[in-house]
Amino acid sequence: MIDAIDLSMVNWARAQFALTAMFHWIFVPLTLGLSFLLAFFETLYVRSGNEEWKRITKFWMTLFAVNFAIGIATGIILEFEFGTNWSNYSWMVGDIFGAPLAAEGIFAFFIEATFFAVMFFGWNRVSKRFHLLSTWMVAIGSNLSALWILVANGWMQFPTGMQFNPDSARFEMQNFWEVLFSPVAISKFTHATSSSFQLAALFVVAVSSWFLLRQRHQQIAKKSIIVACVFGLIASVFVAFTGDEAAHTVGQVQPMKLAAIEGLYDGEVGAPLLLFGIPNLNKQPGDEQPAFHEAVGIPYALSFLANRSFNSFVPGINDLVYGNPEQGVVGVTEKMARGKAAIAQLALYKGARKVGNETVARNALAAFAPNSPYLGYGHLHSPEEAVPPVALNFFSFRIMVFLGVFFPILFIVFLVATLNDKIKDQRWLLLTGIISLFLGYIASQAGWIVAEVGRQPWAIQGLLPVGVARSTLTSATVAGTFFMFLFLFTLLLVAEIRIMLKQIAIGPEEK
Amino acid sequence: MIGSLGITHLQEIWWIIASLVGALFIFMTFVQGGQTLLFTLARSEEEKTLVINSLGRKWELTFTTLVLFGGALFAAFPLFYATSFGGAYWVWIAILFSFFIQAVSYEYRKKPHNFLGTRTYEAFMFINGSVSLLLIGAAIGTFYTGSNFLLNDYNLVQWQHPLRGLEAAFNFFNLALGVFLVLHARVLGALYLANNLAHPELVARSQKAAYINLLCALPFLVVVLGGLVLIDGYAVDPNSGTVSLETGKYLHNLLGQPLNLILLLAGLVLVVGGVFLAHFKKSTQGIWLSGPGTVLVVLTLLFLAGFNNTAFYPSKFDLQSSLTIYNASSSHYTLTAMTYIALTIPFVLAYIIYVWRAMDAGKMSLEDVSEESHNEVY
Repeated sequence: MIDAIDLSMVNWARAQFALTAMFHWIFVPLTLGLSFLLAFFETLYVRSGNEEWKRITKFWMTLFAVNFAIGIATGIILEFEFGTNWSNYSWMVGDIFGAPLAAEGIFAFFIEATFFAVMFFGWNRVSKRFHLLSTWMVAIGSNLSALWILVANGWMQFPTGMQFNPDSARFEMQNFWEVLFSPVAISKFTHATSSSFQLAALFVVAVSSWFLLRQRHQQIAKKSIIVACVFGLIASVFVAFTGDEAAHTVGQVQPMKLAAIEGLYDGEVGAPLLLFGIPNLNKQPGDEQPAFHEAVGIPYALSFLANRSFNSFVPGINDLVYGNPEQGVVGVTEKMARGKAAIAQLALYKGARKVGNETVARNALAAFAPNSPYLGYGHLHSPEEAVPPVALNFFSFRIMVFLGVFFPILFIVFLVATLNDKIKDQRWLLLTGIISLFLGYIASQAGWIVAEVGRQPWAIQGLLPVGVARSTLTSATVAGTFFMFLFLFTLLLVAEIRIMLKQIAIGPEEK
Repeated sequence: MIGSLGITHLQEIWWIIASLVGALFIFMTFVQGGQTLLFTLARSEEEKTLVINSLGRKWELTFTTLVLFGGALFAAFPLFYATSFGGAYWVWIAILFSFFIQAVSYEYRKKPHNFLGTRTYEAFMFINGSVSLLLIGAAIGTFYTGSNFLLNDYNLVQWQHPLRGLEAAFNFFNLALGVFLVLHARVLGALYLANNLAHPELVARSQKAAYINLLCALPFLVVVLGGLVLIDGYAVDPNSGTVSLETGKYLHNLLGQPLNLILLLAGLVLVVGGVFLAHFKKSTQGIWLSGPGTVLVVLTLLFLAGFNNTAFYPSKFDLQSSLTIYNASSSHYTLTAMTYIALTIPFVLAYIIYVWRAMDAGKMSLEDVSEESHNEVY
């Protein structure tokens, strides 16, 4: 099916996608959350008629716009990259993957584009109420676009509602609702958006903290902190619940990812969830070395997280790679054998159809059918290739979770201190507020590392390895565009940060 | 209801929808045209800011229409998306870069501490307005002149030219189409500004610019239309699916489908009429003739490429690898689901038009973009 796999090209293409996606994700979470905060601020203005809320709205809107522009710019690159660097992917799963992308354009992007112009430029051109509606529409539109792209990503993690068509050699959609309402899509959307709300709240807290430290715009800063902390706290509750649900779904549909996150090599009944650990970087699947130098865990918690039962079995990497008949786990070794058979039967079928030998084609298809779910495994070279990087997933997951626990505590402390009017004297707290913005970005990126690196080596979990999903390009070509993107991204990031800092320094309009 | 339609009907419906989005995008490239006119029309910094802010209310709509055009092609004709994007790599990367740099330019151009300087962002806008349309024109040109690719038994693409798509820009017909799109965008840009600004001198200059750019564009239009009539087209045998070269194929498509001929002629009359109205009658409403005229012309061109047993993305390297709307499309199920989603397009158009009218109820003047106005400005 694929003549030769140029691994270095695949790695450049992966690096390029990771670069673009991570760069995009610097700006998107702030857009998702800050858009709602703008809507809250403006609603307070329209309801109270207090001009101070309008100044607050306009100030945060200026920062929103600086951030929004670069988010749009990086978004189009992602859409194009599916075609340019992953053209086999685009063909083989385009029948399913293209639909949410087009829906995103129709349902979400036009709402954002249309109402952004009103929100930003329409203060004196439309009525107060229509302006408020537009601000809400920008928030809803941004978050709707997140829904569709996360549905698409959810499908990559848990391909459902589709079937392989041997004639066109691609996967075809069978049930749109299964794709849209897949449990992974839902938990991805709710977790990604609520954590973005958290990040936006941290942004407002950080900038306001800076004002308070400099003893400028204190009333505006305090008002902003109160709204942001309430929003951040509510979001944090959702982050916790949806995070738990996301981990549970991973346990159900991507057990290898969960095993990698936990560094769990040998499956256990009543498996513990590790709090801390120093992974043994030399550990390989199937060897006798310990997985950790040191580790502290909560007994039974992983079993409960994965299966909602304390005494259930959680498969480890070795079980998933080599199989564990006792626990009913089919290993990659066996799946690879069946996958290679499927590839051979598919080739036989295609060849027979080409020369019009219908009998051979029928028999080949009959033999292909039971092996077709393992088609993707046939492209792996060794069973161990199916294991994602353990240490990166292990640490990324823990960074995300620990920071996710820290943020609501921070919001509570800020809220209490502001309501008691003691915040402006709390120098250390204000500094912590500023630093926490960077922690917010780290947590957000770490979450995506777990989601994407944890799925390796698959572009589509279990169906399509990244090595097959690629375009036919030389590694020099993709490396070339990687560095072009890197250069341009760096330039624009510097520009964005400088503009943002200057706008913060200018601050809101005074009375 | 939609599910009971045959796959052929759905494929044709989706070619019409994709063509319509593409045609609306070309109409909306008045933003790109306006960007390239920035240095000729505006005589002072204030005027520049006025032009930028007038275009700045619309650039995102153009950008979004392009994204939807890509998304619709991906969803409805994934084999085209995979073949063209993965194959004609450099041409798409170049187009991508020219839109990437546009997206930040409006917002960052005048902001203090913008690192690259105002002139750089203005240059970004110029590059976007010229290079992107030149290359998009060249890429669309390959719908008629063909590309160099081979599809294997699994429909995976192997591009057969070392320039990976950029070779399209070295074909005379493709290049003429590209240059025409750049000049045509300038015509629309000038007409849009004439309509949108409350600044008599700028309006007068815009009206003149529309006329001059139309005169410059006409020779290229003649090359494109003449080429279409004369070149060999990629015909598909409806029974066997075999692709072959047919002399005068696009002329046959034009004459064999009278609706196409009517659309094309009406479109051309509207485009030219809009400019004449602006130049000779000093009307500011030219955009409302030339804009819809553009939509009709582009629709015709894309219908000529896709309908009447024609391969819309032909391969001159291997004729049988050519893509038709029938072999490149999504499945019946996906096209059905997508058609239900597309039913909301009229609603989307309605709110865009409503907001457009609300925001453009009053024309934009220098006072609107001055610092004293306390308006948000780019």
